[in-house]
Amino acid sequence: MSEARTSTRDVVFIALFAALTAALALFPPLQVPLLGVPVTAQSMGPMLAGAILGARRGALSMLLVVALVAIGLPILSGGRGGLGVFFGPTVGFLVGWLPAAYVTGLLHEKGWRSLSLVSSFAYCAIGGILVLYAVGIPLMILNTGLAPAKAFAATGVFVPGDLIKAAITAVVAVAVKRSYPLIDRPRARIG
Amino acid sequence: MTKPDARGSSAIHRMPAGIKLLALAVAGSAVVLVGDWRVMLACLALALLLYPAAGLTFRDAARQLRPLLWMLVILFAAQAWFESFALAALVVLRIAALVALAALVTLTTPMAAMIAVVERVVSPFRRLGVDPEKVGLAFALALRFIPVIAAQAGEIREAQRARGLDRNLVALALPLIVRTLRTADAVADAVEARSFDADAAGERVARLKMKVDRSSE
Repeated sequence: MSEARTSTRDVVFIALFAALTAALALFPPLQVPLLGVPVTAQSMGPMLAGAILGARRGALSMLLVVALVAIGLPILSGGRGGLGVFFGPTVGFLVGWLPAAYVTGLLHEKGWRSLSLVSSFAYCAIGGILVLYAVGIPLMILNTGLAPAKAFAATGVFVPGDLIKAAITAVVAVAVKRSYPLIDRPRARIG
Repeated sequence: MTKPDARGSSAIHRMPAGIKLLALAVAGSAVVLVGDWRVMLACLALALLLYPAAGLTFRDAARQLRPLLWMLVILFAAQAWFESFALAALVVLRIAALVALAALVTLTTPMAAMIAVVERVVSPFRRLGVDPEKVGLAFALALRFIPVIAAQAGEIREAQRARGLDRNLVALALPLIVRTLRTADAVADAVEARSFDADAAGERVARLKMKVDRSSE
């Protein structure tokens, strides 16, 4: 999990963002009347981890979440957890959190200097929605034999909610950049 | 948020965690070869029969499958409508059988044994720069701080409800993130003060040891 360049401080941030993602499961799903599907807070986890911790630490914290689910913690929304999750139809929307956080983080690192609400929102949408669905939908098709069009239709209803989450993450990321920048912190290559 | 007690005295409880995980992986790959839904029904029955064999009840199995129920029903309906009954039954039974089996491994294996397997699995990667001690620290910290951050999330929700902001997700998320970052900084300071930092501390200890060795010559 940690190459030599992962400092103890990095390990702490990785662990606490994994814990934060787990805690997000406790927020009851928000019912948005126009959408018709519940919007859960938890899938903000990979966007937040990437946007605030950056690519590497963000992806590692999501790897830790996946490992915590695997060893049996019921930390996914709805109290799901355990190895059973890995054989369910939506497994791709869990393991997809790794590349989602990585890409979200990478884009935030590249565009850090000129980060704005708009650019952060776009980065979150690319990493947390586009990349996530690119992993989630094929695995769902593989797992269930659903026709691709059906799989797209079944998951498409969650996109508006995910866009709301990308917007919230962007607001948080820009505010945190001002008060608590973690991505730009010069990394001591000596230590 | 806590996992049901995984202690028990059945043969399945006593089986080493690594073997159970390996068996699960083999089963997961093997069921893909089953093409007849009646055989898959037998596989599901077998997985369910392992529950009483482990001293658990069928109700325990049902509790594990219930979160998946609506999804399986929709999946079955879609597949039966657009494809065939046989395919619909095969897919749904396969998912149910594997989820039941995987949940059984989770229910009969203590968390500490699972973490020990994780550490054993990552230790060959030490040469690639993976530090099993840091992996262990990450697990320990996450387990310790899930209830802490969950409690903070609850407090923030109560506070924002008093202000009428409990449906404003930014008003919930931002204070939670800032608190998490502050906690992380404090924890990192504390861990470093105890000089856990594996590289730095290890080097310091090694140098010290060399000095001691030399002086004793």
